[in-house]
Amino acid sequence: MIQAHALTKYYGEHPAIRSITFEARHGEILGFLGPNGAGKTTTMRILTGYMPPSEGHATVAGFDVVEDSIEVRRRVGYLPETVPLYPELSVFEYLTFMGSLRRVPALEDRIDEVLEEVHLTERSESYIGNLSKGLRQRLGLAQALLHRPDVLILDEPTIGLDPAQIIEVRKLIQGLGRERTILLSTHILSEAQQVCDRVVIINKGVIVAEDTPANLQSQLAGAERILVRVADGDAALRQKLEGVSGVVRVAPGQTTGELEIASSPGVDVRARVARAVVEAGHDLLELRPIGVSLEDVFLQLTTDDVVAEAGG
Amino acid sequence: MRNVWIIAGREFRHYFISPMAYVLAFLLYLILGGLFAINIYVGMQSGQISPDGRLVLGPMVTILIFTTPIVTMRLLAEEQSSGTIELLLTAPVRDGELVVGKWLGALGFMVALTAVTWVYPLILHRMTDPGIDQGTLVAAYLGLVLMVSAILAIGTLVSTFFRSSLAAAGVTLAVILLLWIIGGFASGVGGANEVTRYLSFVSHYYDNFYRGVIDLKDVVYYLSLTVLSLFLASQVLESRRWR
Repeated sequence: MIQAHALTKYYGEHPAIRSITFEARHGEILGFLGPNGAGKTTTMRILTGYMPPSEGHATVAGFDVVEDSIEVRRRVGYLPETVPLYPELSVFEYLTFMGSLRRVPALEDRIDEVLEEVHLTERSESYIGNLSKGLRQRLGLAQALLHRPDVLILDEPTIGLDPAQIIEVRKLIQGLGRERTILLSTHILSEAQQVCDRVVIINKGVIVAEDTPANLQSQLAGAERILVRVADGDAALRQKLEGVSGVVRVAPGQTTGELEIASSPGVDVRARVARAVVEAGHDLLELRPIGVSLEDVFLQLTTDDVVAEAGG
Repeated sequence: MRNVWIIAGREFRHYFISPMAYVLAFLLYLILGGLFAINIYVGMQSGQISPDGRLVLGPMVTILIFTTPIVTMRLLAEEQSSGTIELLLTAPVRDGELVVGKWLGALGFMVALTAVTWVYPLILHRMTDPGIDQGTLVAAYLGLVLMVSAILAIGTLVSTFFRSSLAAAGVTLAVILLLWIIGGFASGVGGANEVTRYLSFVSHYYDNFYRGVIDLKDVVYYLSLTVLSLFLASQVLESRRWR
């Protein structure tokens, strides 16, 4: 449904994305994960026909995004990061305007349908300027769905929403994904984990990983880690702990007295670490396992040295 | 073409819910109404009402030259500052359709605004005998619409460059004024020739249309300015994509 091949986009001299290649299949929810400024929005803007790539090419629903831009735009529903709404229009007027530009047949019925889908039916006469952020986000989504697009491109659809709204929007997206291809960008890992079938991790304009959330997690879950907090840790203790059998690495934690210990897979070093701390004459305050989350994967992948490996 | 009408329709309706348009209409009608009343009053005092249908047209042209940039300033600037341009540029609409639609909506509003002022010559017509010269009036109004359409097109073009509506209005006015004085300025420094005289924005109106003369040369001037500006506007929009 979406095929991007070696997409590169320069803003002046600076490349916002470099050689982005990926694919999204029919009925798939593909997550585009990366820190702010990674190039997610740029990629999406290319795929929606908003701007052409500097190099490379992409097709959406079989049409080239540059050559057949209008055909692509007919088939894509797009929710930009800043939801584009006209505050002086009512919900219904806004959707009527967008629907007529998109030649939606039986427009009024379709608007009713979409409003129901995003739970905005009671607000159809409200002025957009009076809607809360959550409602605006849903209206943006309604606009993207209005013409029954084959492909939905959603740029940070849950940004700025409160937790209850986030859950609601995620559910909505998951429901939509069954019959459409959805490309969704986010910088929230748990969101990608929950919603997406597959995740593409992008950092500084290049793709650093691409897999299912579960695989990405297990890929880097080889090492297990525990957190140790002592009353008065020092370098000597670190050295001693590094000597404990099964311990791979000891790194200082976020606050003083905290140490993060990585161990070989499948080895439980907790008892040995506890004994070592006490034997060294330190007071052990806390010792607990810290699992590997997608967040760790993400952080590992988006630190500079890993990028150099993966991108180079 | 349907897209042009949809966009023009939205733009046209927008003016009727925007306070700016009402302020403009209010001021215009207030000033013109005042002038008209004073003229009639003075005329009645002296027992001689001048049957010149263009009584309010002269001042209106001046007012419109200064205020039309306000009408176009937000056309594309606002879309760019609010991000809604992304919506329009990813809808199945060509850049040219967007530009022409915007301009047409503004033109519709201006035609509606100025059409109301026709009421003054009509009153005058009934008050005088044998009435006013309708032909001159029609030519003068036609010229006005052509001139306004050129200002609107220039305003639309300028609006594509800016995110700030105010900046767009200021620059549009500057461009119009530059075109206005170019003829006089050139003759002042001794460089007056056919070209600078032809470029002079307002003289095309006052020298011919206002006197009731419809000259193809003047029609072509305003129309080509309109078409050129709209074409450039769609090119600017297009080039935004490539940046």
